[in-house]
Amino acid sequence: MHRTVPRGLHQHETAHVSAPTYDLGKLHGGLRLPGHKAASTTEPVRDVPLPAQLILPLAQHVGDPAQPVVNTGDYVLKGQLLAEPDGTLGAPVHASSSGTVLAIEPWPVSQRLGEPAPCIILECDGEDRPIEATRRTAHYTELDPEELLSTILSGGIVGLGGAVFPTAQKLMQARTSSIDHLILNGIECEPYISCDDMLMRERATEVLSGAQVLMHALQIDSCFVAVESDKPEALASLAIAMTELDDERLVLKQVPTIYPSGGEDQLVQLICNREVPSTGLPTDVGCLVQNVGTAAAVHDWIIGQEPLISRITTVAGDGIANPMNVRARIGTTIADIVALTGGYAESADHLIIGGPMTGKSISTDRVPLVKATNSILVVLKTSFTGRELPCIRCGDCAAVCPVQLLPQQLHWHARADDEKKLREFSLVDCIECGCCDLVCPSHIPLTASFRVAKGRIQELADEKARAARARARFEARNSRLERDKEKREAELAQQKSSAKRAGPEAIAEIMRRKKRQSEDD
Amino acid sequence: MFIAIATIALLALAAGLLLSLASRRLPGESGDLVEQVNELLPQTQCAQCGFPGCRPYAAAIVEDAAAINLCPPGGEATVRRLATLLGREALPLAKTLDPAVAVIDESLCIGCLHCRNVCPVDAIVGAQHFMHTIIESECTGCELCIAPCPVDCISMKPLT
Amino acid sequence: MEFTRRQSPYWSARVAVPTLMLQVLAALVPAAIAHVWFFGPGLIFNLLVASIFALGGEYAVMRLRDRPPELALTDYSALVAAVLLAFALPPLTPWWVTATGALFAIVVAKHLYGGLGFNIFNPAMAGYVVVLVAFPAHLNLWTAPRMGDIDYQTLTVLQTLTFTLTGSLPDALSFDAISRATPLDVMKSGLNGMRTVNEIRSNPLMGDFGGRGWEWIGNFLAIGGFWLLIKKIIRWEIPVAVGVGLLGPASIMYLIDPGSQPSPGFHLFSGATILCAFFIATDPVSGATSPKGRLVFGFGVGLLIYCIRTWGSYADGVAFAVLLMNMAVPAIDLLTRPRVVGHSSKDDAP
Repeated sequence: MHRTVPRGLHQHETAHVSAPTYDLGKLHGGLRLPGHKAASTTEPVRDVPLPAQLILPLAQHVGDPAQPVVNTGDYVLKGQLLAEPDGTLGAPVHASSSGTVLAIEPWPVSQRLGEPAPCIILECDGEDRPIEATRRTAHYTELDPEELLSTILSGGIVGLGGAVFPTAQKLMQARTSSIDHLILNGIECEPYISCDDMLMRERATEVLSGAQVLMHALQIDSCFVAVESDKPEALASLAIAMTELDDERLVLKQVPTIYPSGGEDQLVQLICNREVPSTGLPTDVGCLVQNVGTAAAVHDWIIGQEPLISRITTVAGDGIANPMNVRARIGTTIADIVALTGGYAESADHLIIGGPMTGKSISTDRVPLVKATNSILVVLKTSFTGRELPCIRCGDCAAVCPVQLLPQQLHWHARADDEKKLREFSLVDCIECGCCDLVCPSHIPLTASFRVAKGRIQELADEKARAARARARFEARNSRLERDKEKREAELAQQKSSAKRAGPEAIAEIMRRKKRQSEDD
Repeated sequence: MFIAIATIALLALAAGLLLSLASRRLPGESGDLVEQVNELLPQTQCAQCGFPGCRPYAAAIVEDAAAINLCPPGGEATVRRLATLLGREALPLAKTLDPAVAVIDESLCIGCLHCRNVCPVDAIVGAQHFMHTIIESECTGCELCIAPCPVDCISMKPLT
Repeated sequence: MEFTRRQSPYWSARVAVPTLMLQVLAALVPAAIAHVWFFGPGLIFNLLVASIFALGGEYAVMRLRDRPPELALTDYSALVAAVLLAFALPPLTPWWVTATGALFAIVVAKHLYGGLGFNIFNPAMAGYVVVLVAFPAHLNLWTAPRMGDIDYQTLTVLQTLTFTLTGSLPDALSFDAISRATPLDVMKSGLNGMRTVNEIRSNPLMGDFGGRGWEWIGNFLAIGGFWLLIKKIIRWEIPVAVGVGLLGPASIMYLIDPGSQPSPGFHLFSGATILCAFFIATDPVSGATSPKGRLVFGFGVGLLIYCIRTWGSYADGVAFAVLLMNMAVPAIDLLTRPRVVGHSSKDDAP
């Protein structure tokens, strides 16, 4: 580990960051994509004003949906707990502003691509009154890691890179393995998305402070902050903040701008040169990855005492009139956010939450902004060209696959519905990054077909398990019936033999009994 | 010319002898064929194929006493897989079946044990004069319980 | 506002098969011009006949297969196969020979195997081999290359056209007057006749190192090939591997015995070596797919070309070498599968 920024840098000096890249691991494949980030990064992050209504889905995270603890008609304050986590994996939901609970009912949500899911609908009173923060007397460094983790859980913090895995549980799981490094993911390799870039430019200190909290929770003393080389302003801002914080444990790492180096497994390989085993986690090789937004949210909750109620989101694409980054309260509808930025362009055909490579296309803009919404991308129909031809076996897809799969073979076997071969060629390891689609001269929708094939493999595995269970029960029943039959036969045989032995006496006894009975009557 | 014919014929004979020796001596993918066929069947044990269970049907298929398209729960996929395994033609299904589970109408059930005794996978729990119920996760949709019920309280609920 | 849904990714690939094919054809244009300059207009007629029959055959087969013909015709792969076949055939080829080759290449070697992406064998080479075995006499008639100072009889455009359509020369000329053996032919028959390489090389047909006319065509083919490499339309593994496979043994044998072994330069510039290395062996459908696999494939092609040229009875072994390696491709692909990231070794099936 080594310092990458000279000491004694004053705030008004621009740090010339030359974080060395010679000690990075090697990433196979990947693509250099056009960034399209310039349009949305010219201005500072704009604040979206409070809307009239906030729609807060109960399931904004991986795991079970949260359970409401308020009722229709209740008046709530900003930051108040509205729904608590259910089960072992979950996160709470907080009110993003003060107001009255209008209803708890289904509303279109982005996680279900525009289909409805249960939400708490809040009518804002416009006053934005915050709940009184419970005075925490102890500084987080004096807290036990377990206490710190349950505090983090109560803040509703989830992974803000888009995966929305509850952060506290991720840290808890990490504590059961031996972790050496925390890696802050400021890569943001997908085109158009620039929310993390703006966050690092404007709130670098908060990001690093959050990293310090996380390091204390994990009880480790090494943190790499990874940023791509196409973000010089963010790198400079982080360098200045690091100098001010003067924390030896924080190291800035600049990586080449290659998609998809921001994927968790790919980042671990790049920064620490360790391969995450298939179906394993980065914690298996001693690393934990957190998005820079998550780190800032941890700072806001632990030190700023504000739970996760807002986030920065990029609004971009050819279908948007004025691309920019905005900070909005969780629960603001996409329609309101787009309207604030200046509305849609003349034609707007597809609305995507996320980036052009891995985003989710949704059917309506009535969905609210949730913790997972890192980008709102509107694209035109004309960005799709060419018709699908048969695979010409050029092998370009294998050359760009970051997991070193053979998409060509996976495509053949997915078409043949050959579950055995799909397992053999490791379909489960596909990270659905979309690189193979972009280089295919035959314009085959490879990623979509792999998604379908993965579902199919799961379906077939479930069917097989069901059949195995039914078979086991059938055979158990058959053997039970066999045993009953044998038992009955054995009893019958015994009766017969005992009757044979005691036969004449028994018959005489019966005759005597009958005579007595008829005499009694 | 005759020498050519004789040479080729001798070569063919020699090759054939070699192959038959090899198939006898070298271990091929023997494994119980009936077991392999049984693995491909859905284990519903519904007897819709005319055999009392999946294994008897598998045995019949291997003996060539039954066609491979008689299993409705297995669907077209099973016919195709059997065709591939056995090298036979993949015929269209003799009859189709939508996946469903059985449901007992508890207001009508009299606790007579008829359905419980006939379920091939023991998916019905109940005792004499006690309410019977079907374990939905174990029901294979074979429909064998519908006929024995004297009060007609069992119906099939399709799985979407 | 409502929107329609799609599957990710939301971008289209920037490359497309028709564009790739047209770029390959563009890379062949300089060599075609050189070919016509040295060997007369025969190539143009070959190209026309081959293209007509290839595209017509594809149209007919797609109709027979109940598919829309424009689906296959607009990807230009049949055109590329026809052009490569025309390059391989001698300039003076009767139309029925070219037509047979083109029809076999497209109808049998490509569509009967399933169409684009499904053929095991390189269609152009399959067509060439059928024609070579069925009409061997017609494939020996290469016109004499244009040699400034020496006066050979050459045919006019009209005479070439007449020959292509009817197969007969004007009365005044005979085959001996207008045709010459190829440099490879000369080398082979010379070596069989126990003459040394230097003696054979004294023939002005042999040019400076690769054969008169062939050297220039080889240069232009190489320029086209390097352009394809730079544009990343083909990958470096196959041309390099073919070169190593052919020139490696050739160099070794030449160093051991320069008297009876042609030089590596001769091997490189004569015959269809450069055409094979850049245009024929790089056919993606019939070649290996992994980078290691391509190296093995290319090396095999080069080695087989050397073997057939040196010890086989054919003068040039490119077509057979390519077809033989096409047969080995499934095995090559199986043995050169890369290790998936996150697995310990490629034998570790999940």
